[in-house]
Parts: sequence; structure tokens; C-alpha cells
Amino acid sequence: MIAFWIILTGALVAVTCGLLGCFLILRKMSMVGDAISHAVLPGIVIAFLLSGSRETLPMLLGAGATGLLATFLIEYFHRRANLQTDAAIGVTFTFLFAIGIILISVFAGKIDLDQDCVLYGEIAYVPIDLWVTPGGTILGPRPIYILSAVLLIVILFIKFGYKELKLTSFDPAFASALGISTALWHYLLMAAVSLTTVSSFESVGAILVIAFLIGPPATAYLMTHDLKQMLAITAALGIVISVVGYWMAYWLNASIAGCMAVITGLCFATVFVYQRIRVTHKRLTHPEPATD
Amino acid sequence: MQHFIDFFSFTDPNVRYVVLGNVLLSASAAMVGVFILLQKKALVGDAVSHAVLPGICAAFLFSGSKNTAFMLVGAFITGWLALITIDYIATKSKLKKDAAIGLVLSVFFGAGMVMMTYIQQSGNAAQSGLDHFIFGKAATLIGTDLVIFSVLAAVLLVAVGLFFKAFALVAFDRPYAEALGYPVRKLDLLLTSLTVLAVVTGITAVGVVLMAAMLVTPGAAARYWTDNIRRMVAIAVAFGVFAGLAGAYISYTAPAMPTGPWMVVVSSIIAFVSFFFAPKKGIVPKLYTQRKNQRIIAEENTLKMFYHLGERNSHFKGKRDLSELIHTRQVNETLLKTTLRRLATKQLLIAHGQQWALTDVGYQKAARVVRLHRLWELYLTQYMDIAADHVHDDAETIEHILTPELERELEHQLGYPKKDPHNTEIPKI
Amino acid sequence: MIIHTQEPILEVHDLTVSYSRKPVLWGIDFTLPSGSIAGIVGPNGAGKSTLLKTIMGLIPPSSGFIKLFGRPLEEIRQRVSYVPQRESVDWDFPVSVLDVVLMGRYGKVGLLRNTGARDRSIALECLDKVGMSAFAKRQISQLSGGQQQRVFLARALAQEADIYFMDEPFAGVDAATEQAIIGLLREMAAADKTIVVVHHDLQSARSYFDWIILLNMHLVAAGPTEQVFTEEMVQQAYGGRLNLLSQVGDVMEKRAFPSREN
Repeated sequence: MIAFWIILTGALVAVTCGLLGCFLILRKMSMVGDAISHAVLPGIVIAFLLSGSRETLPMLLGAGATGLLATFLIEYFHRRANLQTDAAIGVTFTFLFAIGIILISVFAGKIDLDQDCVLYGEIAYVPIDLWVTPGGTILGPRPIYILSAVLLIVILFIKFGYKELKLTSFDPAFASALGISTALWHYLLMAAVSLTTVSSFESVGAILVIAFLIGPPATAYLMTHDLKQMLAITAALGIVISVVGYWMAYWLNASIAGCMAVITGLCFATVFVYQRIRVTHKRLTHPEPATD
Repeated sequence: MQHFIDFFSFTDPNVRYVVLGNVLLSASAAMVGVFILLQKKALVGDAVSHAVLPGICAAFLFSGSKNTAFMLVGAFITGWLALITIDYIATKSKLKKDAAIGLVLSVFFGAGMVMMTYIQQSGNAAQSGLDHFIFGKAATLIGTDLVIFSVLAAVLLVAVGLFFKAFALVAFDRPYAEALGYPVRKLDLLLTSLTVLAVVTGITAVGVVLMAAMLVTPGAAARYWTDNIRRMVAIAVAFGVFAGLAGAYISYTAPAMPTGPWMVVVSSIIAFVSFFFAPKKGIVPKLYTQRKNQRIIAEENTLKMFYHLGERNSHFKGKRDLSELIHTRQVNETLLKTTLRRLATKQLLIAHGQQWALTDVGYQKAARVVRLHRLWELYLTQYMDIAADHVHDDAETIEHILTPELERELEHQLGYPKKDPHNTEIPKI
Repeated sequence: MIIHTQEPILEVHDLTVSYSRKPVLWGIDFTLPSGSIAGIVGPNGAGKSTLLKTIMGLIPPSSGFIKLFGRPLEEIRQRVSYVPQRESVDWDFPVSVLDVVLMGRYGKVGLLRNTGARDRSIALECLDKVGMSAFAKRQISQLSGGQQQRVFLARALAQEADIYFMDEPFAGVDAATEQAIIGLLREMAAADKTIVVVHHDLQSARSYFDWIILLNMHLVAAGPTEQVFTEEMVQQAYGGRLNLLSQVGDVMEKRAFPSREN
């Protein structure tokens, strides 16, 4: 049963992150996910200090606040001070993360938190965090409910905004000419990414969030030429990675989040190498002038 | 104050080590960081610093001890491998660079986590402290480590010094560097290696996550103070050194404070101050220039009102009251009043109770603005075929910015005209 | 030389456009009659694409206004179609040819609803018109430059608009495609559609367009081709003499001067 809850958690996060990640990589914005997932640290610490507990709601609010602050600062420095985007991302998230670590060190005595949890997450503790009704009925792990709700929101968002998301990612100029607001869809997507990152990091940690945001979509992107198929493959990959990753962690007795990230990498590597071989093979059998 | 003296006298050998270590690593990271930044590869630095973790763990597994030299070699290998992988994925598939960076970063770090937990499970007593590499612990720098760091920093310094011109050119104009026959690919590889070296040097002090800041933040801040690449490197290094010193000092006075994160915070604050207040490029000076320009426009437009009123009866220095002025041009009354007061203190106007009149200098200035307006109108109609009834709005802006040189050129091109397209006279000065 | 038309379908009125405060288009003012194929012609950096993007509302003008069918763009977007430059999009994007053409229907379908069978048959019809129906299921990265341009054209046709703005549709396409496209444009013009094309080849401009807009940061000439496309006008557009204009632009950028007072 414990294994089931952990795998389910991993799969929920993988599918949610992957679906949004498809649009992030198509918009060439992958690193924004990286920035948000690191920037949540100070928010969590402050929420913890204020509420004095590890209740889910204050943590989500705190993390969401600093996550959004990060996207805002990146955008602000880029627009107002003309700072190049990559530098804006690098400066902003490291600053927020450093603040988080300092807060943890300063309040080390009062806080039952450490910096590790943000990077690694605590997926192994998910089955313990049970939701118990006042009547005493155990309804299963609480994170499962939160993550399922987020997944549902993301699926609805993509279902109803599919054609706008597709068009604003592919050809923003044409979208604006049709009267579709590219800025609106940009911020909706950012909000969805923030929500997902914030609700996922506690279970799986920042690193695995990034791996799930980018890995499965990148793999699916190489496998198909169709956006709907890309989304489907991403979701399927997410589930497979979560199962195999858990199994590997169990076998090695090592970090679950780490193993899932490694499996993500292996999936990508397999598809990538397979394609390279096919391309070279094609070139050998049907020689054509080099394009380089 | 006592703390301050104790610290900066460097009598305590611990202080000496920590300070020297911090200064070396922040200076070398900042130096390399400038080139990474100019090549728009800031996030590559982030990827490298995450990617050294598996190397460190592998070295530990291999040697069974916490030998700094071994770990640095391990870190160097995986860091370098990560960079090569990013480049390979980005060039050999349709995947874009940002996705390649994120993928490599998370997968390499994930592999590191697996190895780290594996080591922890294996119960090797020496493993304690291995996770310092993740979050950094500058205070644990000891004498032998310092020797290694000094050597690495010296290598970085010499390499960047030798290839300065080439790096600058590649960062600035890659195709041109290629055309000149520079070995651009090899220079890329060299810069890659130097980046990894800088990351490896700094990782023990600030940890993998914050290392990106040591590379990029000082350079990003320096960019706002100069356009000259030599000065930019010097300023970035100075900022880096200051942040290194400040971090060490803060954790010296308050031992609960971690050095690495404070170095990053100080460095970020320098960067934020630069973004906001750096002369010319900062946000605040830009806003200030805008306000100043708006004030100039308001002043010159007000002077123009006096001139236009004067033109009606060739009595340019006559006294005018508020209602008369407002009549010539739609304008906000409070703005007009403050502008009139400012012009009076500048002695371009003289106040006579509720009335104002142009002074001699004021008249000269007013005539010049009107003159530029009419010259520009003439230029637009003659050279740009814009209809005479459409040129006024453009001229309203241009009249405020034409320099004396442009004015002379304009007059010359137009053949020293006397009348504007509306057949009114262009004032002479 | 600027020749206005009595019943304009497009009115550009005293338009000035700036990039980071530096004006790139000065006081552009022209009109266009219905059913014409108009070419925007001028040297590199003349602001041809900028003019098109400003008309499409993608770049805010610093002054002046534009009217289409006598109304502002927002009110009649449905009747206006736009073909961006081919290089402006990522052709590795995972969509098929038919998907791209269907995007032309998004404006008609509206928010939250999906394209239906009718949109699909219109899209296929448009693909047929550009001779690409055999490629409907093909992924866009497998197309040649000329084929990509045809797909963009089909997408514009699917909008069923009355006026079409095309940014360099002949750039980097093969001769056969160029002829096919111009043939199609003539058919459209015969059906009283208006087409505005950014073009940089002077040779073909004379035969392709019946209305010419000669541009070089300012409007050099606008009107029927035979009247305004003269040696003298072309000389004026390509001959320079705009030194002063760009110097003034530089000063405005350096001193961060607003291009309008407010």
C-alpha cells in the first residue's frame, strides 16, 4: 500500500508537470520552472514561522507568494532595466533561495525544516500524511487529494484553452492579429506552472519538479510531430517513470526523487540515441548532401 | 567595532583562510561569469553547478575518503560532461537549448542524489559533511584546500588574461571572430572548461544551487556601470570580492549566519542597486531623465506662447496674464503656473504682479524654439513629401531636441529659408 | 508624390512609429482603394514590416491612426487577415499542415470552443487553392520554404477576410510558388479582396502590383503603379538623403525623449 501511494503521488506530479511542461518547452521557457521551484523556499520558511506548523494551506500560500514574486521580478528586471532574460532568472532565483537558507539557519532552533526538503522533497512520507475526518475515518494521504485537484485544474485549463495555448505558442504575432491576447495566456500558463510547482515540491522536491517539467515533454517532443500525441506520450511517460523510478529506489535503497530523475534522463537518452542511430542509418543508405 | 578590527587585521588564521578562500573563489567566478553572461549562457552556469554533484559522490565512492583533490577532479569531469551533453542535445536534435539545460541539470543532480543517499545508507562514517557540497560551508575551508583553490584561481586568472581579447571578440561578434580565423570552437571549449573550473572552485563554499549566482550576479551588476568589457570584468571582480568579504565578515560576527548565502545576498543587493541606480542605465536615472525632459518641454512650450502672442503685434516682450496665455494653447493651469515660476527664477521671464514678460535671454530662447519648429516643418514638407497640414505635430517634438549642429545642417540643406510652409516667418537669431 | 483615393478601404493617417523612442517611420499618410493588390516597396530597414505590424496592431504607434473600412481595427478584426514572415515561427512545432490552416478559423470560432467539421472543410478547400491538399496530414517541419509559404497563405484564406496583409510572402520561395501565389492574389483581387504585400524586389514589383507604396522611413510615394512607380521616385526612395532623419532619431533615443509630449 505504501508503494502504491508513493507511486501514485509521483505519477500525479509527473503528469501535471509534464502537461504544462509541453507548452513551456515549446515556448522556450523551460528555465522559468527551474526558477519558480527554487524561489519557493523563503515563502515556505516564512509561512512556517508565521503559522508555527507544517499545515498545507499556509505553506502553499507562502510558496505561491514567493513563486509569483520570482516571475514578477524576472519580468520586471527584463522589461524595466533591460536585463537579459537568462541573467534575470539566474539573479532572481538564487537571491530568493539564499534568503531562504539564511532564514532556516537563523531560526534553526524554531524550525522543523531543512533546506534539503526543498531540493529532494519527502515523497517517502506521503503515505504517513493521512487525512482523517473528525469522525475518525481515514481517507488516505492528504497530498494525493491536493495533487489530484491540481491535476484536474490543469487538465481543464489545457482542454478549454487548448487552441489558444497552441496558437500563442506557435505564432504569437498571428494570435494577436486575430485578437487573442498573448499576454493573458502567458500569465495564465505561468499561474498554472506556479500552482503546480508549489503543490508538488513538498512531495517531490524542486529537482524532480524540474525533471518532470522538462524531461517527459522533451522526450515526447522527439517522438512525435503532433501536439496532442505529445501531451499523451508525456502523460504516459510520467506514469512509467514514476513506477520504474520507485522500483529502482527500492532496489538500490536510495532517494526516490533522485531515482525518478535518473529514469527520466534514461528515457530521454534512449529515445535520443535511437533517433541519432536512425538518422545516421538513413544517411548511410540514402546519401544526401550535408546540410551543415 | 572590535569585531571589525579583529576581522580585518586577519590575525586569526581561521579568518585568514576563510577570507582568502572566499575572495579567490568569488573573484575567479565573477571573472569567468562576465563572458558567460555576455554569451547569454547564464543558466548554463546553473546547470554545471548542479551537475558536479554526481562527480563529487563518484569520487567519494571511488576513493572512500573525503579527499578534496579527488572530489574536485570528479566534479570537473561531470561538470564538463554536462556542458558537452547540453551542446550535443541542442545541436543534434530539434530540442532547444533551454530545454536541454533544464533536462541535464535535473537528471545529473538526480543521479547525484541517488549516489548520495546510497553512500549514506552504506554507513560510511566519513560521509558526514558530503552534503556540504550541496549547500556549501565556507567556514570549513582549511589550509590544504586553500592551496588547491589558490592554484585553481591562478590558472583561471592566467587563462582569462591570455585569451581576454579572443573571448571578448567571440562574445561580441561571433561570425566576425570566425571570419577572422579565430578557432571559435576551441575557444568555446576553453571557456567551458574555465566555467567548470570556476564552479568547482566555488562549490565548497556556496554549494551547487547558489554557485550560479557567484558566476552571473556580479557580471550582471557590472554591466550597468560600463560598456567597456575590460572595465566590466574589473568591476565584476570588485563586486565579487566585496561580496566574498562581506559574507565572511557577517558570519564572523554572527556565527549562526551561513557565509555562502550571505555572499549571494550581498552580491544580489549590489546587483539590485545597480539595476535601479546605475547612472544612465538604471531604472531611476532613466525616470529622472524622462521627468527632466518633460520639464524642458513644458518650459520651452511656455516660452513659445509668449513668442506667438508677441508675433501678433510685433511686441515680443509685452506683459501677458494667465488667461491670455491659456488662450493660445490648451494647457493645464497648475502646470503652467509652476512652469512660469520656474522660468522666472531662471530669469527667462520677469514677473509683474499677475503678469509675465520675456526677458532678453527668454526672448532669444523662445525665438530659437519657434525657429526650430518652423525649420523642421519645412524639412518635412520639402524632403519627405508630408502635407503642410500634417507637419505641425512632428515639429512639436523635434523642436525640443535639435542640437545646434543639427540646426546648422538643417538650415544648410534647406538653403537658409525665410518662410515656413505656412508662409510665416522663421525667426533669425 | 502621394495620390489618395476617394473611397479608401485602408486609411493610414499621419503615422509615426518608434522603437525604444527612436522613430523608424515618420508621418506616414496614405489611402488604398478596394480590390487592389498593393506593394509596400523600399530598401532594407525602410520600415516596411514595421508599417504592416503597426497596421495589424502588433506595434503601438507613437502618433497617428489607422482605419480599415472606416473603422478602427478592433471593430473589424474578422475582416482582416495577416500573413507574418515565414521565419517568425518555429517550424519544428508539433502540428500538421491542416492544424496550421485551421488556426485561421480560431478568430471565427471564439474562445473555449473547438473548430468543427465546417471549419475543417473550409481549411481543406483553402489548402486545395494553394495546391497543398496532398500535404494536409504532413508535419510542418517536413515542408520546403515554398510549401511553408503556401500553408501560411492557406491559413490566411481560411480567415475569409476582405483585406489581407502579407509580410514578404515571396522571400525565399521557388519560382513556381511565386507564380502560383501571384496568380492566387489576382484571383482574390478580382473577387474584390484587397491585398497588401511587403516586397523588396523592384523588378517584379511593377508587374505584380497595381498600387505601390514606396517607403524609406518616410513615405516617398503612394498611388497607382503607372503613376508613382517612376525612375525618379524609386531613386528618391533608394537614394538616401535621409542622413538628418536618422541623426534626429539617434538623438531622441540617446536623450530618451518622448516622441509626443504626453
